Amino acid sequence: MSMDRIVVAGASLGGLRTAEALRHEGFAGELIVIGAEHHFPPYDRPPFSKEILKGEWEADRGRLKVIEHLNAELVLGRRIVKLHHALSEVELDDGSRISFDGLVIATGASPRMLASIDASTPGVFVLRTYDESVALREALAKSPKVAIIGAGWIGCEVAATCRGYGLDVTLIEYFPQPLERTLGPVMGEWAAEVHRRHGVDLRLGVGVKGISGQGAVERVELEDGSFVEADVVVLAVGVAPETSWLEGNDFDLENGVLCDETLLVKGANNVVAVGDVVRWPNAMFNKVMRVEHWSNAVEQASVAAHTLLHGPSEAKSYVAVPYVWSDQYDLKIQYVGTAGAFHSVFEGSIEDNKFVAGYEADGMLVGALCVNSPARMIKYKRFISTHPQIEDISANLP
Amino acid sequence: MKITLNLDLCAGHGQCEDAAPEVFSVSDEGLVVQLIEDPGEEYRAQVEDAARRCPADVITVE
Repeated sequence: MSMDRIVVAGASLGGLRTAEALRHEGFAGELIVIGAEHHFPPYDRPPFSKEILKGEWEADRGRLKVIEHLNAELVLGRRIVKLHHALSEVELDDGSRISFDGLVIATGASPRMLASIDASTPGVFVLRTYDESVALREALAKSPKVAIIGAGWIGCEVAATCRGYGLDVTLIEYFPQPLERTLGPVMGEWAAEVHRRHGVDLRLGVGVKGISGQGAVERVELEDGSFVEADVVVLAVGVAPETSWLEGNDFDLENGVLCDETLLVKGANNVVAVGDVVRWPNAMFNKVMRVEHWSNAVEQASVAAHTLLHGPSEAKSYVAVPYVWSDQYDLKIQYVGTAGAFHSVFEGSIEDNKFVAGYEADGMLVGALCVNSPARMIKYKRFISTHPQIEDISANLP
Repeated sequence: MKITLNLDLCAGHGQCEDAAPEVFSVSDEGLVVQLIEDPGEEYRAQVEDAARRCPADVITVE
């Protein structure tokens, strides 16, 4: 498909890597990259809850590297408010419109809010952008009592970082265990013990009723009637895909923008999507899924760029064993695969904080939690892609 | 091709081994090891893929 102009909607990891992949594939036309944030090169997000929040890196470290000859027009600090698909135009928040021959949707996801909390209250933070990470770091420097709402990957990392500062931390989670959505209840309990051992005050299985304070937040009220004193509240209850701008174009926008296996948006022939915003059929697990992790954005970028330039006949499918990592205290936590039911610890020892635990679904190994075992993790990533039967798995481990 | 590894940055993500298993491997210490000193051009696509997929930006390819 010959295109004169491609618009990349989103200037973070997914958008940037897709723009680069388009050039790498020989696209010589006009490239316009539109992003809501002002920083370019964009800051990579994983350090926002780790190195940058800990103050370990000097100012410019943490920016993504960009290829030398990207030759893209950058439209930064602008939100796209609407896609007019039939007109092949995007409309920006300043009223301007940009037309395209091809479009990459890479608008990612934004922090979910709780209806019971006014997130603009002084002392309340979300953590998605570089500026938010710096603002939170500055707040932590004042030795506040910290309450974190949500014990998912981000909430747990922020808790660990705050404990590294020696701060009082209360970690509040609606589910019975931290990380339960990915790790399940058994390994979730392991995660709970890790945080307790490091001095985190855990409030599990309880929702948040609201916050209160004079001028700034002073406490969080929980649904069991108890209160958590806090000067800093971090709202870490997940992210929602940024798809409102795509409404009205006959796309399927349930939990992300639905694509086919080549990352072509369903209902379009010149629109692809990449990253946190994408829901696509992952043939690896015969499941339609949305993955919110770094490696997914990077890997999808290459596939989507190829699909956009070469059309359906030459497009390749994105088939993957997802990978997510999390650094908490002295633990390198890595999960490969998709969520399943905890099966058993396959190797290593929980007591030594060095182990691999397997997860199954439909009679097959579909996931592996690897702690302080990076060399083993990669073997399991490959192993999972062979769809090994869970029955007798211990005899067949990689 | 010339590959430079900045091992100080390596955090054991292993995506390099996943992308180019004949060229890179994760050691028991959790660091990348280069298996072929001067890989031929037939490895270029894999090695460039490995460089892109490294979250810690360890690999430079010329």
